[in-house]
Amino acid sequence: MRLVKITERLLAAIPLMLGVAIIVFLFMRMTPGDPVDIMMGQSGAVTAGEIERLRSEFNLDKPLHEQLLLFLGGVARGDLGNSFQRQQPVTRLIAERLPATIELALGALIFGLLVAFPIGVISAVKQNSAIDRLSMAGAFLGISMPSFWLGILLIMLFSVNLKWLPVQGRIGSDIQLQVVTGFYTIDSILTGNWPAFISSLRHLILPSITLGAAVAAIIARVLRSSLLEILRSDYVKLARAKGASETRTVMKHALRNAMIPTVTVLGLQVGVLLGGNMIVEAVFGWPGLGRLVVDAIFNRDFPLVQGAVMVYALTFILANLIVDVLYTYLNPKIEM
Amino acid sequence: MKSDASPILELRNVTTLFPTRRGDVRAVDAVNLALYPGQILGLVGESGCGKSTVLLSILGLIASPGRIDAGEILFDGRDLSKLPTSELRKIRGKEIAMIFQDPLSTLNPVFTVGEQIRESLRLHNMIGGGRLWPFDRARTAREKQRVLEVMAEVGIPAPEARYRAYPHQFSGGMQQRALIAIGLACNPKVLLADEPTTALDVTIQAQIVALMQRINREHGTGIILVTHDLGLAAEFCDHIAVMYAGRIVEIGRTDDVIERPQHPYTEGLLRCIPDIGRRRPIEPIMGNVPDLADLGPGCAFAPRCPVAQPICTHSFFRLQPVSGEESDAAAQRSGEVHMARCLRLTNYILPDASAQTNGGVP
Repeated sequence: MRLVKITERLLAAIPLMLGVAIIVFLFMRMTPGDPVDIMMGQSGAVTAGEIERLRSEFNLDKPLHEQLLLFLGGVARGDLGNSFQRQQPVTRLIAERLPATIELALGALIFGLLVAFPIGVISAVKQNSAIDRLSMAGAFLGISMPSFWLGILLIMLFSVNLKWLPVQGRIGSDIQLQVVTGFYTIDSILTGNWPAFISSLRHLILPSITLGAAVAAIIARVLRSSLLEILRSDYVKLARAKGASETRTVMKHALRNAMIPTVTVLGLQVGVLLGGNMIVEAVFGWPGLGRLVVDAIFNRDFPLVQGAVMVYALTFILANLIVDVLYTYLNPKIEM
Repeated sequence: MKSDASPILELRNVTTLFPTRRGDVRAVDAVNLALYPGQILGLVGESGCGKSTVLLSILGLIASPGRIDAGEILFDGRDLSKLPTSELRKIRGKEIAMIFQDPLSTLNPVFTVGEQIRESLRLHNMIGGGRLWPFDRARTAREKQRVLEVMAEVGIPAPEARYRAYPHQFSGGMQQRALIAIGLACNPKVLLADEPTTALDVTIQAQIVALMQRINREHGTGIILVTHDLGLAAEFCDHIAVMYAGRIVEIGRTDDVIERPQHPYTEGLLRCIPDIGRRRPIEPIMGNVPDLADLGPGCAFAPRCPVAQPICTHSFFRLQPVSGEESDAAAQRSGEVHMARCLRLTNYILPDASAQTNGGVP
């Protein structure tokens, strides 16, 4: 039953993706600035013939609707075209960069959850205590602090002063790693390359903290407030009246219910983690999708921007689908 | 019968306080009660009179910063109000179980009904088997067997199928039966029922009352029934205690309280019960429950009392036997001796109180 619904949802994503493709195509064409002009401006002396040649190579000389159809036809075949700037297939460029972005997003997510859960639970159970006030002040800081600032602070402290962790990159430059999936931590485990595993983990720590701080803060606050409400509910009173210990009452009866609103917020955060990490990638020299896309936007590299936006949209749809599936497990009142 | 048995649960001068900005609120004020095995005691009063707080005090479930300030709650030779929480937990649900008012909000929405009943058994290790290993399939199966028995006993049809259902898939009456099953799972000696029928349809109410009476008869479970419905208490209870503003204002055998009420509040409650046969107009008690943070020194009911005298607002009256005869404290707590807290039972010589309408109430 669940599998059928999931398949249905995935099929429903197809028209959605088509809409996304059309919109991003049109928006890129509406943006001022011409890709060929920008390329030529960078390479210096050009002739009018050269410009014409490039225009026809990129199909920019064709009418808009023809360009759109060519693009959509490519999408249907799984071909996102070639990057104007890099002269390489967009799919390959994205495939090279996407694992780094996902790995960082997962690292940030894991960090965020590891921090948010204990803090959210403890500050709800000990409401208005010193711990609660301190954590909520910390959460406020986590939400308000710009990530580039937090990243620089962390680098200064842990990399420059204490020299505990590397400054930037995904893996030590002296380490050889055979790439299988593109996730360096997983690849190093698969190939049994432990020095590479340690190195990639160490490289992952600071960017994950930087990106995950806001997530940790938001989730801790949501978890705390929903737990506070639930701890006053009748069924928590019943759990106590049955003779359940305070730990069991909170961890089993209350937490499971508090997870329901928390997962909703978490689903939204996953989108932010994947699509909002350009700054963190820049601060830590992380070779992810974010920086590639920023460059592509500045260069009006239409195919690359279109491809990246579609990948973002797809991951967002998938993240929401996962949240919805989780939801049905958490809340028996909801069916997909 | 009562003289040779000893009470199973006894409250002596129990006072429960809630500190507020405007001073301490005595939600329960020096309450004396005794429940004998197999008896049903009704605790009657309007919302906010402290009757639910009495039940929560017994189980030590008063939410902080509220606390039991004075008195003893004796159960099985122990004072529950002085027990550490870890000891109290062994009594909660196993020896003394509680049924709450609103079944839908009291059942945990994310666990199946069967699991919630089974949890009571597991928490108190009723079926036995290793305490340390939670994944003992055989033990779980034995527990489930007992759960199905209890579900059948409280009248949940097709227990095997209902075991896996979630609370929202139950009707209100079935939810209340499930709650009673949770309470009953460990065969407690005392059942504390907090308005168990208030949230239900009238027809379902009658079924739930009948079920509780059967449990009382068959298992000898002592029941304290908290209700605002004096009619329900009259039908169901051996003794009735009427509470007002945290104090017991009248207590006695059901017949005594219903037939010969001594406190004007009890009289007022009785006049509020609709009577289909006689079709007389309902006479409401005017006014509202007083603010517990702002009680005067006198009788809390005086401002609403149709027979109040000037002296009532500033004199404190003890709960005293209606007959005027001395009697033993245990019998007084149980309600065997009819007692009330009113000026009319004191030795003051009054002008003809009943002829006057002094309270400003028409």
